Amino acid sequence: MAFLSYLINGLSLGSVYAIIALGYTMVYGIAKMLNFAHGDIMMVGAFVAFFALNSFGLPVIVSVVLSMLATTVLGVVIERLAYKPLRQATSLSVLITAIGVSYFLQNGAQLLWSSSTKVFPSIIGNGSLKLFGGQLQISYLTLVTIFVCVAVMVCLTLFINKTKTGMAMRACSEDKGAATLMGINVNSIISITFAIGSGIAALAAVLLCATYPTLSPTLGSMPGIKAFTAAVFGGIGSIPGAFLGGLLLGVIEILSKAYVSTQLSDAIVFAVLIIVLLIKPTGLLGKKLSEKV
Amino acid sequence: MSENKIPVLEVIDLGIDFGGLTAVNDFNLKVYNNEIVGLIGPNGAGKTTVFNMLTKVYQPSRGTIKFCGQDTARMSVVEMNKAGIARTFQNIRLFSNMSVIDNVKIGMNNQITYNNVEAVLRLPKYREQEAKVTEEAMELLRIFGLDKDADLIAGNLPYGAQRRLEIARAMATKPKLLLLDEPAAGMNPQETADLMDMIRFVRDHFHIAILLIEHDMKLVMGICERISVLNYGMLLAEGTPAEIQANPQVIKAYLGE
Repeated sequence: MAFLSYLINGLSLGSVYAIIALGYTMVYGIAKMLNFAHGDIMMVGAFVAFFALNSFGLPVIVSVVLSMLATTVLGVVIERLAYKPLRQATSLSVLITAIGVSYFLQNGAQLLWSSSTKVFPSIIGNGSLKLFGGQLQISYLTLVTIFVCVAVMVCLTLFINKTKTGMAMRACSEDKGAATLMGINVNSIISITFAIGSGIAALAAVLLCATYPTLSPTLGSMPGIKAFTAAVFGGIGSIPGAFLGGLLLGVIEILSKAYVSTQLSDAIVFAVLIIVLLIKPTGLLGKKLSEKV
Repeated sequence: MSENKIPVLEVIDLGIDFGGLTAVNDFNLKVYNNEIVGLIGPNGAGKTTVFNMLTKVYQPSRGTIKFCGQDTARMSVVEMNKAGIARTFQNIRLFSNMSVIDNVKIGMNNQITYNNVEAVLRLPKYREQEAKVTEEAMELLRIFGLDKDADLIAGNLPYGAQRRLEIARAMATKPKLLLLDEPAAGMNPQETADLMDMIRFVRDHFHIAILLIEHDMKLVMGICERISVLNYGMLLAEGTPAEIQANPQVIKAYLGE
């Protein structure tokens, strides 16, 4: 029974990783860049939600929506100002810029909101679902987290496969030049990708802070790196891969904390990544890229 | 092809430099509606560079490109496509992980007007337009003999079929001018003969102008009404296939002295 409860906790943590990883993987798939500021965009979302809930006393749903709007705008603005001028530059320049944006956001947040940690308010309450005569308790928050992640995944899959924008996104991820010549505005597709990725990052932020309620300007870095790992683990560029990678990473982390060692859990997570990449360099669901000459 | 008619495409003194290298210079060309025009020349003569300028992938350094009488100096790649220029590629550039029918639908992306909310909620406007687009895409696939393969992944099609799908995808953008970059490359004689019939059919069925680059002289001489010859980025000759075949300068450029 303890194992089952660890497993569910792992899925819940993994859901948060998966939502962040979806943003990473979408941006990579379309803009072919690693947006290392993604975790920090999520951090800004957490602060916006915190102030909406705490300082303005807004309802949870309104706060979440506000926070999503804020990160959506932030993501699009960052893309316009920092990454768009580098569209023709080498990927290394873009990568360094992304790290710069990450530090800019972290230090900007420290300046605005100070580096002292804040306590995120409880948004769902402490109720839990009791199964097997109270032997297994699953908090409502855990259930909501998993549900939100699955819902995001389903919506994204439908969006990518069933809408014209989604189809244009798939075309851009394969060949931007050919897509442009078919009349697709690649710049606006990249903007939309950043908007969606950053918007759902705010969801992850709220869910993460509701589970681990401490708020600080460096809040985004560790989950950001974990989510990046999850995206690579599942095969970067692949949406189902990010979902699977996130969930697996969460489960591995929680199980190794429970059964091996709390201190070693991160090391185990990254060791698993290394082993997977040694056996399957493209990640679990990644496609092999072969270029015809 | 009366002279007082406005050409679909009019290129005046077009030129482009890459650094100090002049790749194309003083290039002139007129293409009228319902015409099939060939652009030939030895390797490296600048034929694909001309195509890249016509589609604005390269911004010309000099000269004017008029499309349907309109100056296109300020237009982007996307705007050129919307105006009515579509192309295929020398090395096939299909969206090879997408299905055959989705490749064609991508070409129709700009003709769809539903927004994402309507799509996610599957409102009637979405369903009507999706049905219409699917039907039009299937019609195009039928014309190019690909309707049975609609749900296959494009990258798995045989080579000749991939070439046909590229033309179908270009036609999905409803062009007035179709640019074909070596459509017969890598085809056997039978496939080439079929391709010639298909190019003529596309012109007659859709009433468009076609400009094609090709090395297969049988195809060029067989279907082009007029031919322009490029050599070292300059226009060497233009005329009917018979005139080009008899032109001593053209023979020299191809065979040497």
